[in-house]
Amino acid sequence: MDLLFKNKKITGILTVLPSREVHFEEEMGNYNFSTAKSLKLKMAMGYNKHRIVDEGVCVSDLCCHGLEHLFQQGKLKREDIDALILVTQSPDYFMPPTSNVIQGKMGLKQDMICMDINQGCAGFVLGLIQAFMLLEQPTVRKVVLLNADVLSRKVSKRDRNSNPLIGDGASITIVERTEENSTIWGTIKMDGSRADALMIPAGGFRQPSTSETAEMHEDINGNFRSLDNLVMKGDEVFNFVQVEVPPMIDELLERASVEKNRVDYYMFHQPNRFMLQKLADKLEIPREKMPNNIVENFGNSSGATIPTNITFNIGEKLEKQEMQLCLSGFGVGLTWAALLLRMGKLDFCQTINF
Amino acid sequence: MKEKIIAILNELRPEFDFNEPVNFIEEGMLDSFDVINLVNELDSQFGISIDGVDVLPENFSSVDNIISLLQKNGVK
Repeated sequence: MDLLFKNKKITGILTVLPSREVHFEEEMGNYNFSTAKSLKLKMAMGYNKHRIVDEGVCVSDLCCHGLEHLFQQGKLKREDIDALILVTQSPDYFMPPTSNVIQGKMGLKQDMICMDINQGCAGFVLGLIQAFMLLEQPTVRKVVLLNADVLSRKVSKRDRNSNPLIGDGASITIVERTEENSTIWGTIKMDGSRADALMIPAGGFRQPSTSETAEMHEDINGNFRSLDNLVMKGDEVFNFVQVEVPPMIDELLERASVEKNRVDYYMFHQPNRFMLQKLADKLEIPREKMPNNIVENFGNSSGATIPTNITFNIGEKLEKQEMQLCLSGFGVGLTWAALLLRMGKLDFCQTINF
Repeated sequence: MKEKIIAILNELRPEFDFNEPVNFIEEGMLDSFDVINLVNELDSQFGISIDGVDVLPENFSSVDNIISLLQKNGVK
């Protein structure tokens, strides 16, 4: 689906990462493989270390820590927030919405909109799309987009397919209207017929968590996980990304009449280094224009990876200058989406620890 | 090209004989992570980038299939 937005802009991004850093070597003993084979996995996928929340830490804790930081630094005022969008797959509760919980904890005004969106790897792009649509309302002047997940709490520590790459984190993105004549080009596609490629089978209403769903089972590759854990069909996801994402980006750029080399950076979701290198090669984009170092430094925090990628790799630049960026997220749903926009001279573009 | 491919495979999994006419995937000689390491090595040694859509197990199940894949990706 083609999308177009006028007179909207991002004015600040803050990434909040747990302080706890876990190295790949510390967890190798959990996997049902030899040390040599685990190290081979590390080399192939670019694993190194990831950020993991302490027990009991929830999405609202990370988000409130970041919001409080912005309030204290004078970079955001409570009364200016007209909408709070939280994109997460790991809410504090099934009900109420975690965005309402955050609104209450932060003492925000009642005359505003709070909404939770259940979305994963494409959650930053989808959240921005929702923010842009809300800003069409004259009464909505400033939207705070929260992307946060603590999926390490749902991954089996004995699953080498998922555990080494998962990271926890949150991001806060401020989206506003602008008088500048700006155009944001967007595209999004979904395919629910392949929804089981990335899922947590038990714990919802379809299959509630029980002692049976918590039992660990060994898969054909020697990984142990239960139905309560996240399961990822890695080969299928890899193939989906390689088939669907390059033509989507090509079509987006063509529609916007922007040549590939006029894009300063391709800030994509961060599944793993290998997948991103193959995407860059297929798109004939220099690999340095598509940073791929988030999994090795922080882990894959689902919808928060694109803002983490932005604040870590080009945050300082974006506080000083404007750049042409192409953002793309792809994964859970299945969903794949992209935005082409100018971003820069941000009020803030930083990373802090929780 | 064949000798070079077998040398890469031997380096990757020295415990197996890749001259044997067997299916490397079905026989468990290469798993999905071996395939990724193999792609990286083939890319590097042949100066190409194997298309991501071709990174499928069946394309690495024999030396002949690997040769076909390399030829498809521009190796002569």
